[in-house]
Formats: sequence, structure tokens, C-alpha cells
Amino acid sequence: MSVGRVHKVIGTETEFGITVRGDPDFNPVLASTQVINAYAGSRPRVRWSFDDECPGRDARGFEYRGDTPFDADSGLVNTVLTNGARLYVDHAHPEYSGPEGFDPLEAALYDKAGEVILARAAAAAGPLLPEGRRIQVYKNNSDGKGNSYGAHENYLVARALPFAALVQHLPGFLVSRQIYTGSGKVGSENGRPRIGFQVSQRADFFEEVVGLETTMKRPIVNTRDEPHADAGAHRRLHVIIGDATLSETQTFLKLGSLSMLLAALEDGALPAPVALADPVQSVWRVSHDPSLRRAIPLADGGTITALDLQWRYLGWVGDHARGEGADPVHRRVLDTWEQVLADLERDPSSTADRLDWTAKLALLEGFRQRDHLEWESPKLKALDLQFHDVSPDRGLYHHLVRARRMVRLFDDAEVERAVAEPPARTRAYFRGRCVERFGSQVVSANWDSLVFDVGEATLKRVPMMNPLRGSEDLVAGVIDASGSAAELVKALGGDHG
Amino acid sequence: MVEQERVRRRTQRSGRSEEAEETTAEAVGEHLTDRIDDILDEIDSVLEENAEDFVRNYVQKGGE
Repeated sequence: MSVGRVHKVIGTETEFGITVRGDPDFNPVLASTQVINAYAGSRPRVRWSFDDECPGRDARGFEYRGDTPFDADSGLVNTVLTNGARLYVDHAHPEYSGPEGFDPLEAALYDKAGEVILARAAAAAGPLLPEGRRIQVYKNNSDGKGNSYGAHENYLVARALPFAALVQHLPGFLVSRQIYTGSGKVGSENGRPRIGFQVSQRADFFEEVVGLETTMKRPIVNTRDEPHADAGAHRRLHVIIGDATLSETQTFLKLGSLSMLLAALEDGALPAPVALADPVQSVWRVSHDPSLRRAIPLADGGTITALDLQWRYLGWVGDHARGEGADPVHRRVLDTWEQVLADLERDPSSTADRLDWTAKLALLEGFRQRDHLEWESPKLKALDLQFHDVSPDRGLYHHLVRARRMVRLFDDAEVERAVAEPPARTRAYFRGRCVERFGSQVVSANWDSLVFDVGEATLKRVPMMNPLRGSEDLVAGVIDASGSAAELVKALGGDHG
Repeated sequence: MVEQERVRRRTQRSGRSEEAEETTAEAVGEHLTDRIDDILDEIDSVLEENAEDFVRNYVQKGGE
């Protein structure tokens, strides 16, 4: 059944780990606040508006009520950046929610820009701290002691696609994609069997197949139904099972493969869903097998390895995309996907130049052999953590990149532009440029609107319900021609681009 | 079923020259064994002092 495809606008959100060296009793909320405030500096502060947010709305058709597990106060320390991103304190973590990307390559670029921003923010907070202390920020998902924090992906999906179809198709895909989305982890957590090293940071924490939660009983398919767009036409698929990824290739492949699967699903181009016999057990079983040889049980009584399952998805998605005439970015997704699967199949370590988990494993194995270390060694756990330090000086990912042991997709100039400037082809352009040009007059923002104080009795709200409008070609002229927010709002008139 | 998958896979890969794949594989293998000790030494020089203490103090509140 084809429901009509919608353009796959993509955005990522990352909660960063944080620690204060020299202060074992550090307060993570305070440290996160210092990081965000240091980056925001003297720039105008834009509040986040929660008017249109409804994290308790469930895609299965009901509204969560009662004691809400959702923290509506998380916008207390908040800023909106000129690149269209939101940077704020969420619970006890600094969080970067990237701007809406037009395609997986752009979304991956802005995800990388977020790391640079957090690295600079942490460095800027340094002078605020007492002598001998330093804030360190990590792009990972676990402290190794049973606490996990998320890296979420968001994909625009047609409302007409029944949520039940996503629930049927996604578990098999999300369980098996770990072989190229994992960031690797020393040890296990949350009551899972002991193991030296596993593929994913997050796998140990998934306990349900479908659900609304994100902080407890985490589900493989999250049902939050908060489109941040015209709810009649769109859903926002909120994926919480992925690892935060440092490798640019890996982030691109993670976002590209799922967005293309969703497009195929909307076009009715997938065969009957591959049903796993036990999706929750399969999440950690795939992750606990760095050899990638373990087969997982299917509902029909057969078994399949994660690799073979991914070959199937690549076959279906590739046939569909080529039939549709894929553009260069999406052809690149298919080529990367195929090459990574082929290399993983031949020898997982041959992907250590492109995937975080195999890069980390190669490094850990190097130390294990040279220093005769057991997996329980604190040095290996320290290496695991430090792999994810966003500081270019300390972060081991950065050392591997500089040593040309890991490849990049983006050059420094592209990342630098993405730190400062918004994507051109989505509404993030309007948000970012307005913050840049009229920041002191932007009272509040959220994903689908901006509110201006133009010096009149009432505030002016500009809705942006279509994620593809507010793009450079539609609004650059009027933004550039306006000398103030008042002129901009007047020029936009009834049509908000 | 598995056999079918392998057929599909080969068909998919047919656009790619065998030679190109070989070169990539070799380059990657060389990449990984080459200079491994150099990078370990470099990392030793930046690794957090007192690993045990660092790991113990890295405690996060849950999020999301």
C-alpha cells in the first residue's frame, strides 16, 4: 500500500555526558548550565516556547495523563543558535538539538557541528571554574554504571502511514542496524550477561518493543507523537534506540539507511515485515556479539544473522531507490551501506576507519596486547570513555582522525559553516537567520514558530508549520531587506514563507 | 532463504569492479596494522591520569 511519500527532513538530538575533573562531587545541572551559559555568552537569549509541545501524546492514538514523567521545565537554560539548533540543559546534561536537515548528509554535518559547539562551550566555561577544575563533555550514551542518556533521531513521515506499519517493520531493522550504528562499549549493564566488549552503548537498556517512555522501560519503537509540523499531514518518527556516533560516515549511514527505509515503506515498496521472535532479547544479543556471527530467532521459526537481515533491507531499499531514480546523496547512502556490510562480513576490523565500535575495539585490542590487560582493567574503561571526549586535544576519536586512521566526510570549513550558519533548504534557515539578524527581538522560539517583540502592544508570532518552507530561496530576500524585526514581520504579512 | 540473499547480494555488487574492492580491502588492512604502536604511544600521553579514579567519578544522571 502506497500512502504517498513526504520529503525526509531529518534532525538529531544529543544529550552529552558531563564531568568535572578535580571535583568528584560536581553538580551536573550546575556544570551543564555553566557550559550553555558560557557558549551563549552575551548573545541575546531566546527562550524556548512549549506552547505546541505535547510529549505525552502517543502515536497509537491516546494521550498520556497523570503524573507526567516528562520534564516540561527543561527549557530554563536555553538558547537558539544562528545555525538553527537548540542548545540547552536537559535534566542533568547539556543537549544539542540540531536544525532540520534536508537530507541525511546535511543532518550528519549539523550533528558534527554540535560536537564542535559543545567542545567550545566546555572550553569557554573553564575560566568560570575554581583553579584545578575542568569541565569535560562526552558524546556517548552510558556511564558504565547503569545510567544511559540518549541520542535521538527524528524523521518526517507521512501521517497516512499507519503507525502499526512502523511497529511491524522497525524492530527487525533497528535491532540489526546496530552492527553499523554501534559506538562500542566495554562491559555490560542493566542486568545483562557479563561481556568484555559489545557493539552498542545503548543495547543493554531496551526493555520493551513499543512504548512512550524514554527514561525507563525504554522501547525499541518510541511512540511519541509530536510532529512539530502540520499534524494532519505529518508524523515525526522519534527513534531513541541509536547510539551517539562520532564517525561522520556512521552518522550519515545511520540516518540515510533509515530515512530511505521509511520512504520505501511510504511507497509500499517493502515486502511483508520480518518479524523477530523476541526483539528485546535480540537487541542485546546482537550487541553482545562483535563477531557478528550469532543468529537471532525469527517469528516464523527460522533464524538469521543481523548481517543477513541488513543485506535484505539493503536489497529492498536499494531496488526501490534505484527504481525511483535516487539522487547522488541517496546513491551514496546505498554505496556506503553496501561497502560497510561487505567489509563487516569479510572482517569487522576492516571497518575501523569508518565505524566507532570497530575503531574503538581495534584501539582497545592494541592496548590489551601491548599491556597484557584484562577487559576488567580500569584503563580500558577509561579509554572507552575518553574515546567520546569532544575535546580535540583529549578525545581519542580525534586522535584517530588526525592520525588518518579514521576517514571523514566533511572538511573543517564545512563544519565551521555549519556551526555558524543554518541549513539553506529547511525552515531552520528562517530560525537561524532571524536569531542572527534580529536576535534581541526574538522573544521565544520552538521548532514550528518564532515570536517577535516588535515594540507593539502584542507579540508577533510567525508560524512555520511546513519544515521545508522558510528556506533560503523563499525568505533570504525579505530577511536581508528588513532592517528590523518589525519590518520583517510586516513584509511577511499574512504569508509567512 | 539464505541462498537467495547471497544471490541478491552478488547482483547488487555487480556494479562494482572486483579490482576496486581488492584495493580497498588491502588499503584498510595496511591502515590498521601500520603505526599501531605510534598511536598507542600518542594516546598514552593524553590518557586521563589515574584511570581508576576517572572511571569511578564518571557518573551520570539518566536523561532523555
